[in-house]
Amino acid sequence: MAMEFPVIAKLLEGRFPEAVKGAVTDKGDPWIEAAADSVPEVLEFLKEEEGLKFDLLLMVTGVDRPDAEGGGSIEVVYHLLSTTEGHELVLKAVLPRENPVCPSAVPIYPAALWHERETFDLLGVEFTGHPDLRRILCPEDWVGHPLRKDYEYPEEYGGISAK
Amino acid sequence: MGPQNLPVQPAAPGVLLTTLDEALDWARRGSIWPMTFGLACCAIEMMCAGAPHFDLDRYGAGAFRPSPRQADLMIVAGTVTFKMAPVIKRLYEQVPDPKWVIAMGACACRGGPYYRHGYHVVKGVDRIVPVDVYLPGCPPRPEALLDAVMALQAKMDRMKTFSAGKPGPAGEPAGAGKEKEA
Ligand code: SF4
Repeated sequence: MAMEFPVIAKLLEGRFPEAVKGAVTDKGDPWIEAAADSVPEVLEFLKEEEGLKFDLLLMVTGVDRPDAEGGGSIEVVYHLLSTTEGHELVLKAVLPRENPVCPSAVPIYPAALWHERETFDLLGVEFTGHPDLRRILCPEDWVGHPLRKDYEYPEEYGGISAK
Repeated sequence: MGPQNLPVQPAAPGVLLTTLDEALDWARRGSIWPMTFGLACCAIEMMCAGAPHFDLDRYGAGAFRPSPRQADLMIVAGTVTFKMAPVIKRLYEQVPDPKWVIAMGACACRGGPYYRHGYHVVKGVDRIVPVDVYLPGCPPRPEALLDAVMALQAKMDRMKTFSAGKPGPAGEPAGAGKEKEA
């Protein structure tokens, strides 16, 4: 049976009092923020726990927030769906912009493989434990991470002017 | 293109007289073999142009080949990214001469919607391969592609391979359409 967001949030907060930092419900889709280190545990719990059974990772994306307090942050966003229970959840890990490192979700959801490569490629998030962390959209020798807000456009690539 | 389009001199019944140049250009423009490849949304229009409703084959240009070595026309239908650029250049080089390129759509002409903010887009395929016909539009309709093919055929008609270098008819410089080989 589908669970409402507040119920899921309560469950998570009860189970991970340290790691789960609270739910945000007043901005569009509600989400839960979790400490980056705890992401694999939280995902594992969400996937396996009776009644939650988030068996499908819809996507992993990222957001660059250079103006966030403490020198800016990069958020990694996980969208989960339970095909058996019929509920959805958005989970976020907020990383420091200077050194965005996050444990990989691939061991739990193999679907994260390409999504994390994309988040690495475009935002520069380092996923520790990822089996194959290479660029996926940009050429392998591309410089910089294009979805960073302060990304500087290349003058040329491979001898072709980019202007 | 039926034989009635072949520029001929009246001769005895059952005899056609023409020049080798005319015959060669006529044959070329009537059997264009485009390469099967599409890069983005424009490719959908290209496929549509090849399908029965628009029937690119009516113009002798519908034999899409799955290999560059069998093709002589490259329709660059879509967005050329920097990652794709070396591949396109290699494909172009694999096409045997004489060969032609249609830059289909705003992207292939000048980067299109990505002109200003597309860090990853080559601002026109003519930065990597020579282009014969530019076809603007986002995307151009199949009729527009037919028009581009006809523009290319007009260009082919002026090749005059054997008399190149001598003044051509109608004030056209002979060998026009070969400038890219220079
Ligand atoms: S010109 Fe428009 S339709 Fe064609 S590939 Fe570019 S964006 Fe797509």
